Parts: sequence; C-alpha cells; structure tokens
Amino acid sequence: MPQDAPRGRRVAIVAGCRTPFAKSGTVFKDVLAVDLARHAGRELIERTNLDPREIDEVIYGQVVASPLVPNVAREVSLLPQLPKEVPAYTVNRACASSGQAVTNAADQIARGHADVVLAGGVESLSDIPILHTRRMAQVLTDFSKAKSLGARLAILARIRPRDLVPVSPAIAEPSTGETMGQSAEKMAKENGITREAQDQWALRSHRLAAQGTADGRLTAEIVPWFPADGGAPVTADNGIRTDTSLEQMARLKPVFDRRYGSVTAANSSPLTDGASAVLLMSEDAAKALGYRPLAYLKSYAVAAVDPGWQLLQGPIWAVPKALERAGITWGDLGLLEVHEAFAAQVLSNFKGWGDKGWNVNPDIINVMGGSIAIGHPFGATGGRVITTLANEMNRRDVQFGLVSICAQGGMAFACVLERV
Amino acid sequence: MATPIFTWEIRDGIAVVTIDTPGKPVNMISAPAKDELTRALETLRTDDRVKAVAFFSGKPDNFIAGADIEEFVKVQTAADAEQMSARGQELLGRIADFPKPVVVGINGACVGGGLEFALCCTYRVATDHPRTSIGLPEIKLGILPGAGGCQRLPRLIGLRAALDIILAGKTVPAKKAFQLGIVDELVPPPILRQVTLDAAKKLIGGWRPSRKRPGGLLGLVLDGNPLGRMLVFRMARKGIEKQTHGNYPAPPAALDAVEYGLKHGLSAGLAHEARGFGALAVTDVSRKLVQIFFAQTALKKDMGIDSPPPPREIRRLGIVGSGFMGSAIAGTAVTQAGVDVRLKDEDLPRVSKGIAAAKSVIEARYQRRRITKYDRTRLLALVAGDAAWTGFGRADLVIEAVFEDLKVKQQVLKEVEAVLPQTAIFATNTSTIPIADVARASSRPGQVIGMHFFSPVPVMELVEVIPSRDTAPLTVTTTVAFARRMGKTPIVVKDSPGFWVNRILAPYLNEAMQALLGGASIESIDQAMVQFGFPVGPVALLDEVGLDVAGHSCEVLFNAFGDRIQPPAVLDAMLKDRRLGRKAGKGFYRYAGGKKQGVDPAVYPLIGAHPNGGPRAADIVQRLTLAMINEAARALAEGVVRSPRDGDYAAVFGFGFAPFRGGPLRYADDLGAARVVADLERLAERLGPRFTPCDALRERARTGAAFYS
Repeated sequence: MPQDAPRGRRVAIVAGCRTPFAKSGTVFKDVLAVDLARHAGRELIERTNLDPREIDEVIYGQVVASPLVPNVAREVSLLPQLPKEVPAYTVNRACASSGQAVTNAADQIARGHADVVLAGGVESLSDIPILHTRRMAQVLTDFSKAKSLGARLAILARIRPRDLVPVSPAIAEPSTGETMGQSAEKMAKENGITREAQDQWALRSHRLAAQGTADGRLTAEIVPWFPADGGAPVTADNGIRTDTSLEQMARLKPVFDRRYGSVTAANSSPLTDGASAVLLMSEDAAKALGYRPLAYLKSYAVAAVDPGWQLLQGPIWAVPKALERAGITWGDLGLLEVHEAFAAQVLSNFKGWGDKGWNVNPDIINVMGGSIAIGHPFGATGGRVITTLANEMNRRDVQFGLVSICAQGGMAFACVLERV
Repeated sequence: MATPIFTWEIRDGIAVVTIDTPGKPVNMISAPAKDELTRALETLRTDDRVKAVAFFSGKPDNFIAGADIEEFVKVQTAADAEQMSARGQELLGRIADFPKPVVVGINGACVGGGLEFALCCTYRVATDHPRTSIGLPEIKLGILPGAGGCQRLPRLIGLRAALDIILAGKTVPAKKAFQLGIVDELVPPPILRQVTLDAAKKLIGGWRPSRKRPGGLLGLVLDGNPLGRMLVFRMARKGIEKQTHGNYPAPPAALDAVEYGLKHGLSAGLAHEARGFGALAVTDVSRKLVQIFFAQTALKKDMGIDSPPPPREIRRLGIVGSGFMGSAIAGTAVTQAGVDVRLKDEDLPRVSKGIAAAKSVIEARYQRRRITKYDRTRLLALVAGDAAWTGFGRADLVIEAVFEDLKVKQQVLKEVEAVLPQTAIFATNTSTIPIADVARASSRPGQVIGMHFFSPVPVMELVEVIPSRDTAPLTVTTTVAFARRMGKTPIVVKDSPGFWVNRILAPYLNEAMQALLGGASIESIDQAMVQFGFPVGPVALLDEVGLDVAGHSCEVLFNAFGDRIQPPAVLDAMLKDRRLGRKAGKGFYRYAGGKKQGVDPAVYPLIGAHPNGGPRAADIVQRLTLAMINEAARALAEGVVRSPRDGDYAAVFGFGFAPFRGGPLRYADDLGAARVVADLERLAERLGPRFTPCDALRERARTGAAFYS
C-alpha cells in the first residue's frame, strides 16, 4: 500500500482539552450536550490564548445527536468569541467520531484549505432523544393534520397504553440487533479472555487513572465545569475508582450472559457525558502564531469488519494500515492509547496484534488508564485519547505514538502521532 | 432656502412623506419643523391628486425623538409655555381632523411629541426592531405631554394603561406598544413601508380600522365608565403622593389634565392640558430636571480630560475577584457592552459562584423580556472564568474588584500585569484607596486607573473614573468610553481620598449619626431626608451600603482630612454587635426574608442614644445638607470634580440627592452662598467647628458669586 501521495502540509496538534467525564445521569444530567461541546471548545481557545479570528473551521464528532441540535459543531463555531463566518460540521464515525473530526481537520490543513481548525467531540447520554413508537408517532402526525374537533378526538381514541411507552435509542447494532455487551461477551469467548484477565485490566485502568489524576497529568487536560447554580465546580472525572479491588469486582454478576458470561459493569466502560477539543494547525501557521506543537499527525487509517463477526476487532486491520502509511513498524511505537470499550475487547485486540507477531507491551499502553475508568462519551473519546497521547509523548520524550479506537458497526480508527 | 425636513412624492394617490431633519442624527419637533409641517399639510390638503398621506422617517433608527428641549428651556413665562403647547395642539389637531386618511410607519424611537403626532394619525404601523420604542417621557423633565398626549392616549388605550405610561414617563418597546394598542400593526422593518402604504390604500377605499376597547371586562368596569375612572384617579393620586412626597408637581398636573379631558371633552381637555403644561414648564422643578438632562447629554460626549485621544476598543474584559462587585460588574458588562468577560478568583468554587451571579444579571434581563432567547444564549456564552489567568493574555481591560486592601490590590496588579498584553489597562474598583498607591506596584503606571462602581452595579448609573497623576490620557478616554458602553455615565474625578461621592457623603452620614446621638429617632432622620427628596434616608443608606464598608470609608476620610470628618463612635458599637446592615440581616433596621422591617429599638442603648423627639426635621435637613454642601464646595475648589455639573450629577446618580433640587451645589446656589455661610457659622457656634464654612463658600458669600454662572 502506498504512502499518502501527493504529500500535503504537515499538521500540528497544538493542544487539547476536555470537560470532566461524568457518568451519565450524575453531575451533567441537566446539561445539554451542546453546552459541553461549546465549553470544551471555548476553554481550549482560552488556554492556548488563541485569537479566535484565526480559526478557519470547526469540526466536531457526536454519535447520538439531539434532534434540536443536529449539527453541534455549528453551535460551537457560533460561540460569540468566534467570527460568525467560521463554517462547521459534525461527523459520526461512532466511537471514533472525534478521532475522525481530528483527521478531517488534518486533511483540510494538509490540502491547504485551512490553517487552523478546532476539532472535538461531545456526547451526553443524559441528553438523548427519547422517541415515541412508530404507532404513536403516526397518531401524533395524524392529529396535527386533523381539521375538526371530532376528527381529533377520534384520533386520540386510537391511543393505547402501550403506545405511551417511550423508545430510547439502544446501544445495539442496527444490522444484527446485537448489543455492544453481547458483542464483547462473544469476543471474550472467541478469544479465550477470562473473567480474571478482564477484571485485572479494568483494575489496572482504574489504578492508573487514579494515579494520573493524583499526579495531575490527567487533570491537566481537564477544564473545570461550573454548574448553572454556582455550586461546586466539577474538576475531575467521576468514574475513576480509587477504592476498588479484584475481590469486589469478582462479586459482580455478568450482565449479558448470566450463566457463562464474563463481561460485567466493572470491566466495561460506563455510559458517560463529556466533551473534548483539539486544536490543529499547519506547521507554518503554528510557527507564525508562536505555538510549539505537541506532536504532528503522521498518518491515520480506518477499517471495518462484518458486524456479525467480532464487532470490536477492527483495530487488527486499522492499526497496520496506519503504521504502513506512517512508514513505521509496531516496534517503533513508544506509547499507545487503546480505547477501552470493554476489557474483553482490549485483550482481544491485543491477541489479534500478538498473532501478527507484534510484541504487545502493556507498560506503554494506556499509561493513565482508559475508557473503562475515565469513561466513554462516544463522540468525545477520540479527542481525549489524542490529547492524552500527545501530552504524554512529550513527558516521556517519545517519538512515535499510536491511537486505536474500536467503533460500532465493526469499524475501527487508528492514527500515528510523531514528535519532531 | 434651507433643505426641507418634510419631502414627499405622490404614488397611487398617496403622498409619501419623508421626515428627515438635515444635519441632525434624530428628528425633533422644532419651530421650523412645525412651520414646515403646517405649510405641507395645507399643500397636501388642497392637492386633489393626494387621497391619503403616509409619514415615514428618513433616519435609519429614529422616528421622532420628541420636542426640541433647547427651544423649550428658552420659554420665560407660563403664558408663553401655554401658548407653545396650544400651538402644538392646534397643529396636530389639523392632522387629527385631516380630511384624508393619514398613516404613519414607525421605525426607531417615537417618543414625546413624536408619539403625540402619531396618535393623531388614522393608522399606525410600527416595526419590531429593537430600537423602536414608544412612549411619553415628559414627566421625567417635570412637564406633561402637552400636545394632546394626555387626551388622546387614554382615549386610545384606556385610562389605566395610559396613566401607567404618562405618570411614569415610560417608554415601551414596540411589541408592548402593539399589545397595548398604541400601534395598530407590528411588522418586520423590511415590509414597514409596504404594509403602511397598503393600509393607506384600504383607507382610501373607505375601510376604517375597528379597535376594540382594550382591557376586557376590567377595562369596562374601571376605564369605561365615570365611576370606575373616579376610583382609578383616586388610586393614582395616592400612588403619586406616596412616591413623590409632594415634591414633584408634574404627575398630579398630568393626572388633572387627563381627568378634565375625560369629563369635559377633548377641546376642553386640550385647553386644560396646555394650561398645565404652561404652569409646569416654568417651575423650578422642571428647570432642575432639564438641567440634569442636559448634564447627562453633555456627559455622554465629555471624555473627562482636555484634548482627549480617541479611545481604544475593548473586546475582552478581565475581572479579578468574582465576589459581589466583580460578578455584578461582569454581568453588567456582558449585558450592556456585549463584551467577552473572563472572571478570575483564587479558587474554583468562588469562580463558580461569581459566574452564576454574573449570569443572573443576564437571566434577569431575559426574564423581563428585555433580550431575546438568542441574545441570552450568546450573552451567557460570554461569561467564563478560571482560578488561573487563562484568557487574560487577550484582555484589553482588567477591572480588579478584590478586597479593599492596598497590599492585596498591588499583589493582584503585579500578577495580572505579567500575563496581560502590553497595551492592556488595569482598572481598580475602589472607594477608598488612592490610585497612585496601587499604581506604584505597576511597571506601566500610565495604564493604571480607578473605576469606582456603585452598588447595585446593574442599576446604578454612575461610575467615578479616577486617573492618578501618572495615568495616560489614552487610558482615561478608553476607560470612560468603556464605562459608557456598560450603560453608565462616568465622571472623571481627582485621585484624592474618598474621590467625590464618598467625600461629600461622609460628613452627611456623620451628621446623621450626630443627630441620632442628639436625640433624634432613626425614623425621624430618615423621614426628614426622604421628604427632602432622597430615595432613602441616611440611616437606611448605611444599612444598604453595609456598616463595615461605610465605617472603613469614613475612617479613611477622617485620617485624610481630620476632625471635621470625625465619625461619631456609633458605627464601632454597631459593628461589635455584628450589625453590618442589610447583608447581615440586621443593622439599624430589622430584616426578615431580605425585606426591611421597622427600626430595631435595640440599637439605641447599644450606641448610647436616647430618642427624645429632637432635633426637629427642618433642623436635621439643614445640618445634613449643609455639612454636605460645605464639603462639596471644598472638594470642588480642590478640583476633585472638574465642574459643578459633574459634582451635582454624581450626587444625584451616586446616592440619589433630590433630583428636583439639582444637586448639592445647585441647591447651595438656590440658598445663596451668604445664607449658607451664615447658617454654617451659626451651626458651628452651636454644634462645633466641623461646620466652619470653607473658604470657597466664604469667598462666594463675599462676592455674591454662585457655583453656576
């Protein structure tokens, strides 16, 4: 496979930040996704001291969009700090959406269409559309078209109690009907991932995340959130557990296969609310505006597998593609961020990579924990892991780093970052 | 011949008249305008091609801003003023009785005589543009709507709604005017002309607008019959007395004009209205209110220094200290100036509180429907903050509102200066600390200035802007211009202890405490000053300001100026008992649920006072006002304010010195320097040397000069 040709301009990752990630229905339960998205974007501008007039485009990722705000990126670009003329769009590549937002931004910069792009992503599973059944929707549509009182009453009389039960979007594959958890359960069995191995990985995720929070490396990326009532500011992720143990985890019942299952609430990522933002610039623009880039986006790749097979095993295909496009090998990587939808999925990915003869060294993977502990707001995770990777590459003086994200629909996303 | 104000072309039988006063930003009803309109109406009446007349303004966002006040102040006698009013009525009467339909399309302010003009038209269309406002503000200048407003508005929209506007001198947004029935249609600006002309066409065809009696059943009961109206008038009279304490003659006179007209018919009502206008126009109260209006207008253009450089634009405002003042300044700056605000405080919980408090200023405006939902979203996104200096790297102006302590303020200045752009201005919000002292900590003292805000910040119109001797002119003009964008009227004052407002307030408050110790009750002191014309009495004011804040301010002034401003030991005793005023829930008054209750009798033994019925109200008023006048004259002589106008304006808008008396210096002129000095000397003899008249007053008493020449 050839490298990217013709070669475009180098794309710098200048900075990134995110809101705290909070378990859905907790501190952000009254907060709209659009407000989280705007907050992350605005605070990144503040932290970088960027003149917002420099921004050429805004690209955000979101998976479950509110029907009232279908293009959340535009609402970010309509922040009063930005000129109203900054165009914006929202992408959905499932759990890799903000990774996609970052690489779309990079493409625009590489081609010379833009110099400075604000990318990011958001998800609020506290702010999701609740739908009516098809039948109820039909009744309501008919009602709105009815002309007379009699006709209206006749239509209302059609409503049955069961029609009033709302339909909320499930985290399930539209094609196979399989839920995420069921897929993870299947992968655990296929790849021989034990309950103990999963719990171990989950515990490790919590411990490292707690450590990263305590020593300030994780919190450095977090912008505080101020609740509308002026109450206590939210400054850290609320899913990270400092007190958990293997014994405690072992007591939990499997959720998706109560008899032979191994996937539990403790070794899965929780439903989460949060937003992330990443500032990208052309190398020249960064230099001209006086920024020292954290890293450069070297390459990226996406892949997809049959959702009916192992739904979250796409990284086995995406990662080699990204490495090849970067012109490097697995062994060149000094640091990795592997998205943790489920411990079973992480360990399945490892197994797949191991099968290629690659040495999977956990010491350089998710060194501040992963989505199991930190949380996984679908549309925001990509921005988080790219930021975390870029920052930690600088702390550790690493040349090449990799992001790998599995996604709904059997898809996967990978990208390689490089420091000069 | 001069460029005409009224020009027209005839299209489809409609004379489309454009009102456009050449060389002026707004249209006003002036003598030349009236003459021209008279001639125009005559031409249009006799021109057979003209079947209807439509009036529009040629100004982008103004219809008619009312009568020309410059002309009005030249009127010397009540008879002349009455005639002026009657002539205006007669002219507008020609429009009301015009044999052809007259329609008007209103975009921008349509107030005073502008509305009275519109009321005479057959059909009124207004735009929903935010600048379109409609009202009768005459009462605010101590007069009444004298061109038929008192007659035609109640006939159009009902008695109660009309009184609500006339007696309060209200101006309402177009939407409200439409709901009240003042205008017949509300349309977006681009179709104003078409809709108005279409109405004219229909009117030519014989159509007549049908207007419902407004207000439903209650309207019928109260507005629609003499008995109900009697009740409304009685209530209104009571309300006026309660609010004005008999100090303002205009509201009762306007009420009379409305009542007389409803009883005796339009033409008798108009005559009564003109008589009322004539009498009011030459009252001292009206003269004073007009002077304040002129001061305000002049201050809007005055940059406070000689040969002022053009101000720099402020795009981002940094605020240090997110407490009560800081957050209120932030909220006001966002709502009024639409500026991007960054709050900084020591820790995040404080920032969180501050942001919420700042946003509450925006929410309050939204709830009062003064801003749209879209504005609200935009404005809320302009308020943010942090415990670090993030965002200050792009601040053009920083307002510091931290604890009133020189060392703390200097420390803040040093820290923030390290992150600010080279050109940024640092303004310290202080009431007592010399700006030069704060500026000593700066590496750019030319960019350090004082901004003294008054609480509650969203409401109080005054800001004292205080350059130190090192402050650069560009810093002054930029700060003044920004204060104006915040909706304030800034006055530039000298960097001397207490600046202007607190300086002249201190002896007044001290004297109130002296009166208290001398046997006056708290109620009698406050009532005397409210009757004099203050919105609240001095003792209640202390409770509002906070006794700790006031005590600190008085102490600073005592240290600076010595015995004549020595505060009596009252506040110390109060503070020992944790009586900080309203904010603490107890002070001189009791408070329950944030509401002021009666005087707390426990205060008297606490401060060693024994209320025994004396001194008398007149004595209290004399002591308190003369103490203030004496200090004001002294401070003016020292150049603390640049002119008596600035000083009086600040007294009226800083702490509510009786507006109808024009301010302490204007009041002193009315009393006469000789009398002021004589009274002060008598008081000095009786009560102590603090009343010794200052040289500035003695000099004026000797030469017979006044503060205003």
